[in-house]
Amino acid sequence: MEVKRERIDPADLRVSKLRAHDMLRDDLEGEDLERHVEQRVVTTTLEKAVSWARGNSFFPLTFGLACCAIEMMSIVGARLDIARFGFEAFRASPRQADLIILSGRVSIKMAPVIRRIYDQMLDPKWAISMGACCSSMGVFNNYALVPADKFLPVSVHVPGCPPRPEALAHGILRLRDQVMGNPPAGWRQRYAAEGTEEFLEADSAAASPAINVFRAGDTAGA
Amino acid sequence: MPDATELELTAQELRDHEAGSVLDTEFHRGRAVLVVDPASVRAVLAHLQGKGYTFLASLHGVDYYPEEPRLGVLYELLDMQRVERISVKARVPTDAPQIESVVELFPTAEFQEREVFDMFGVRFDGHPDLRRILMPEDYEGHPQRRDFPVGGEPVLFTYNEQQSYGKDM
Amino acid sequence: MASLTEDYRRREESITISSEPEGVGEAHELLTLNIGPHHPATHGVLRLLATLEGEVVRDIKPIIGYVHTGIEKTAEDKAYWKAIPVVERMDYLAYYFNAMAFCGAVETLLDIEVPPRAQYLRVIHLELNRIMSHLVWLGTSALDLGAISMFWYCFREREKVLDLFEMSSGQRMHTRYFQVGGVIEDIPPGFALKLRQFCRDMPNRADQYADLLSKNQIVVERLRGTGIVDQRTLLKLGVTGPLLRATGNPWDLRKADPYSSYDHFEFKIPVGTVGDNYDRYAVRHAEFYESTKIIQQALDGLPEGPFITPDRKVALPPRHELATSMEALIHHFKLVTEGFRVPPGEAYYPIEGPRGEYGCFVRADGSAKPARVHMRDPSFVNLQALPHMVRDGYLADLIATLAMLDPILGGIDR
Repeated sequence: MEVKRERIDPADLRVSKLRAHDMLRDDLEGEDLERHVEQRVVTTTLEKAVSWARGNSFFPLTFGLACCAIEMMSIVGARLDIARFGFEAFRASPRQADLIILSGRVSIKMAPVIRRIYDQMLDPKWAISMGACCSSMGVFNNYALVPADKFLPVSVHVPGCPPRPEALAHGILRLRDQVMGNPPAGWRQRYAAEGTEEFLEADSAAASPAINVFRAGDTAGA
Repeated sequence: MPDATELELTAQELRDHEAGSVLDTEFHRGRAVLVVDPASVRAVLAHLQGKGYTFLASLHGVDYYPEEPRLGVLYELLDMQRVERISVKARVPTDAPQIESVVELFPTAEFQEREVFDMFGVRFDGHPDLRRILMPEDYEGHPQRRDFPVGGEPVLFTYNEQQSYGKDM
Repeated sequence: MASLTEDYRRREESITISSEPEGVGEAHELLTLNIGPHHPATHGVLRLLATLEGEVVRDIKPIIGYVHTGIEKTAEDKAYWKAIPVVERMDYLAYYFNAMAFCGAVETLLDIEVPPRAQYLRVIHLELNRIMSHLVWLGTSALDLGAISMFWYCFREREKVLDLFEMSSGQRMHTRYFQVGGVIEDIPPGFALKLRQFCRDMPNRADQYADLLSKNQIVVERLRGTGIVDQRTLLKLGVTGPLLRATGNPWDLRKADPYSSYDHFEFKIPVGTVGDNYDRYAVRHAEFYESTKIIQQALDGLPEGPFITPDRKVALPPRHELATSMEALIHHFKLVTEGFRVPPGEAYYPIEGPRGEYGCFVRADGSAKPARVHMRDPSFVNLQALPHMVRDGYLADLIATLAMLDPILGGIDR
């Protein structure tokens, strides 16, 4: 029987895992050890440390639009104290802030202003869309409002009208988890519900003989 | 509230004072309304101000679609001494939506007339600064008219989420 | 060395700085400063175009519309009871007042009686909301002036009020507790006890706020004598509420034109004398005590009875009736699917809110949806007085005056 020898790419996952095992067993020495440590261990720890620091030191922008702003002010209050997590330093200038909490309804007149403020913030920056109105039009699905996703990338949407201070704190802590590198799993992963999405299959678009079978998407007036 | 008889007396007084000003009177659930000709709104309000209704509580517009004349401007007046309210209604058609401004009589009308202009398109002659107040300056259309659509965004479900915005940002 | 100091001294004394600007000429430059819409001191998204000459404000133009939500248009699209949560969100600190004005207008059009228990419950919640609105005003205004710790004290009290709201309706803000014909639910057991405790504590807390602020040198110097407008100008500008009462005019719709059993209660109207910012602060502060008195009287005299009108064509029947009565089932079905129809007519219902006169105009055209809803919002009208208040004053006084004006942009922009 012929044995074929092939050169395996050192970046291959299996190879790096084996080398990691070797390192732990003290089998890697000298130059090999140093190179391995440089590649695998130091960078990830550094990234993780930086993300840990970033996640624990958000500087939110004082940005209140409407009713949700009052609930945002009460997370600074004494009952639900956001200073426990270190986020009480609300900065007035966007250049000094890295977290914009869009609290309230975004009207079409205000959207370009918000975009300018968001652009003035320095990287890395995050946006929390607080409340139903900026996440998804909320109570008022009409001509005057814009959902926040249309003009800036939002990291966390907090539902509620207005969300309780606890809900907003939960949203901020979820953002903190995301920033620190262990984002919470989406609900489809947690409940093993993969395959429940309603994507239209191209071939099922063909007319089916049954008259009362509606395709996903035929939600008239939903 | 002035009761029905007092309303009729006021209307008669106004008709005597200026012919053709008061077109109709309405009295519904304790609220007295004088329906006046748009051309004599300022005269009617000046007369009522002389009679004691010195406080303009509210100036707002109503769209009476589909009855013509469509756009109504309502003035809610208050007499603080006798605690009585009276309303004045003037209706203008959509093809000629002009009416006199009452900012000189009641300075409180300044913002409120701008809002009626913004939302309904009624032009107030003599207003010092008639611009849009709530919508952006270059907005087209008058949102509160009944034939203006409510608008809005489609509700996002998973099936149309992919075509939505913000995914590539 | 001595000659150098003398030299400096001589030079200092030779510089004359005129304290009164002599008016506009080419020697004086006017600077247009844009304050807002995103600014820590504008109490919401208010944009002010200030024309400054040095530090003195010569003119100011408020630009609004940055939180315009088209609430009035949305309310035309919904049934009457579905429009209540929408209308509540206009002035977001006085949500019960918005709902009260709207429900009052619809009740006038329907010509239905609100039972006395519902009226007293409404008064309790309205006065609690007034206290809560003044607490937020006090906290944020003191924050603007620099008395930062007041923010935490006021929000601590506010949490107590919101606990009471959560007990009675399940929501902290925008509770849709007021319905057409009464209130949606009776108060739960334990609410009366907690409310009594609150009424006992609130005057002490208000005394503490007074101890901190009322005789504080900085507060007095910043607020006394600034932002004065006389009563005639304010009346012509349509200003009502604590701003008008600060000038000495005791106009309050709760006393002048009582609605919802306010004439059963004994309370005073605090008025000011001069009409400066300090009087506005003092009037609102005194309203804490008066509102607590009203709540206590309402709680002591709370009558028994239904909490919503017994007219089943307007109010949902209680759920236990649905199992036994066919009519109740039909009424329930009709109300939930289409809603009640209001005979054609127009109504304007004014009430006294924390900022002034809230008047709701409702036009009904016989269908189940209102044809026009307009809220005469006091903040919108009071904002017209701002240029008069800050003209020829300093920029720092502008901030203090804006705080004392108590504008709520949700009501201004609707």
